[in-house]
Amino acid sequence: MPSSASPSRLRVLGSELVGPYTLLRLERDALEPGVPGQFFMLEAPGRQLPRPFSLCLAPSGELAFLVDPIGPGTEALCGLRAGDEIAVLGPLGHGYRLDLERPLLVGGGIGIAPLPYLAEQLGGAPPVVVGFRSAEHAEAAALLPGAEVVIDPVLVTELIEPGFDVLACGPEPMLEAVAALCPTAQLACEAAMACGYGACYGCVIEIDGALKRLCLEGPVLDAQRLTGRVRSQVPVVARSAVSA
Amino acid sequence: MRILNASGCLDALAAPEVARQLDAFVTKTVTPQPREGSAPPRIAETAHGMLNAIGLANPGRERFLAEHLPRLRELGVPLWVSVGGFCADDYAETCSGLDDVEAIELNLSCPNVDEAADSAAEIVAACRRATELPLFAKLSAAHADVAQVARAVAAAGADALSLINTLRGLALDRQLRPVLARGSGGLSGPALKPIALHAVSVCHEASGLPIVGMGGIQTGRDALEFAACGACDIALGTVLFADPGAPTRVRTELAAACADAGVATTDDARTLAKSPETERKVPA
Repeated sequence: MPSSASPSRLRVLGSELVGPYTLLRLERDALEPGVPGQFFMLEAPGRQLPRPFSLCLAPSGELAFLVDPIGPGTEALCGLRAGDEIAVLGPLGHGYRLDLERPLLVGGGIGIAPLPYLAEQLGGAPPVVVGFRSAEHAEAAALLPGAEVVIDPVLVTELIEPGFDVLACGPEPMLEAVAALCPTAQLACEAAMACGYGACYGCVIEIDGALKRLCLEGPVLDAQRLTGRVRSQVPVVARSAVSA
Repeated sequence: MRILNASGCLDALAAPEVARQLDAFVTKTVTPQPREGSAPPRIAETAHGMLNAIGLANPGRERFLAEHLPRLRELGVPLWVSVGGFCADDYAETCSGLDDVEAIELNLSCPNVDEAADSAAEIVAACRRATELPLFAKLSAAHADVAQVARAVAAAGADALSLINTLRGLALDRQLRPVLARGSGGLSGPALKPIALHAVSVCHEASGLPIVGMGGIQTGRDALEFAACGACDIALGTVLFADPGAPTRVRTELAAACADAGVATTDDARTLAKSPETERKVPA
């Protein structure tokens, strides 16, 4: 949990459409951007519970989140305008380990969200492969200059070559396929979360053979720790799915 | 008025800075055997609250006493242990193993377990024989006559009441299937507040016992309303998820809410509510 127990109220600087997604830009205030793959709980205006989002970009003085409007909470977030304020708690959880020799970033759909900040923090322009379900969704690849892009029915896992340290985020079938190909991969997982700091016990998935809270253990996990199915049975498949 | 957490809504070891804002920390319910809890999905947002079906996940009595309780003591926050089980002996055995905690809360009302329990009064009576620690009986407002249950647990030796637990509810997804893997879950959040205020009011009248009020409290004004209905203390649950700074905030707001209502303390709020000029009888 961050040093301040209270969420910060951050001002919205603006938002822009990236394909079907919205890049929501907030004034950073005193919040640290954290390690790539860590997440923040964002107040969803008019809703009871905040939603978890990994950080997409961290330009100077800003925190930017990629939001897929798939439900009332994410739609409310996409509807925010410059000057609005929302409560933000974070950074939370454990992100990606960055001490890697040959990183390869793998993303699927809204799961590309943490990759721009991850690529920046790794430095040296690491290779990136991303897959989308449609050409419209693939417009979001603009956030990852130089990325190799595939569109359904081509699968992003077809672009993974041996010998890389894979860092992945995407829908559950993609993560399962990545884990099968690369047992040492680091996978950003998802689950419905009410709190993000271990209080609600809602976000359990099978980790190391037992139901454990993803917010405390992850959301980035070594593939071999996922002893059950990757999926938390959230009935939708993309990274922000839990953020409906 | 003390501010506590509702049992199961905070892990003090994972978030000590939240626990330290509280006047006492109430543990997640401890059962005799370890419980992994329900399969996910376990939570669902609803229009004015949320559903949870955690299923009393806990390490079990033995590990709780050996590993968790010593670490909780190090926090320096007064501890209440929430005790659960599936028969009166389960509860009583756990109570007899507890000492040097401020209070025991008997979870007599979890909506997320199927096993039949003995009656609330039987469980309280068994625990009364097992411990001299203060016993708080946590009741459900789902009972047809919660005031009658309050009188029964008072007669069985409860020192105080915790009111209320979540109420069983159901949420459906887009395909009209239950969102929660368990099917039903416990409803919490602002939707509960009017139900909880009523339960506090009638149980206060019926039993005269001290009451920890909870159910949808989000602000200091909410806390003051519970005081006006007869609660001595309050507990925060769902609000902690969105605002881990809620205990400090509610405490600050409560002082302002007292000033707005023209009362010096929360005790005066109860006195005001009961004065001949302002009192309106609450039907049970």
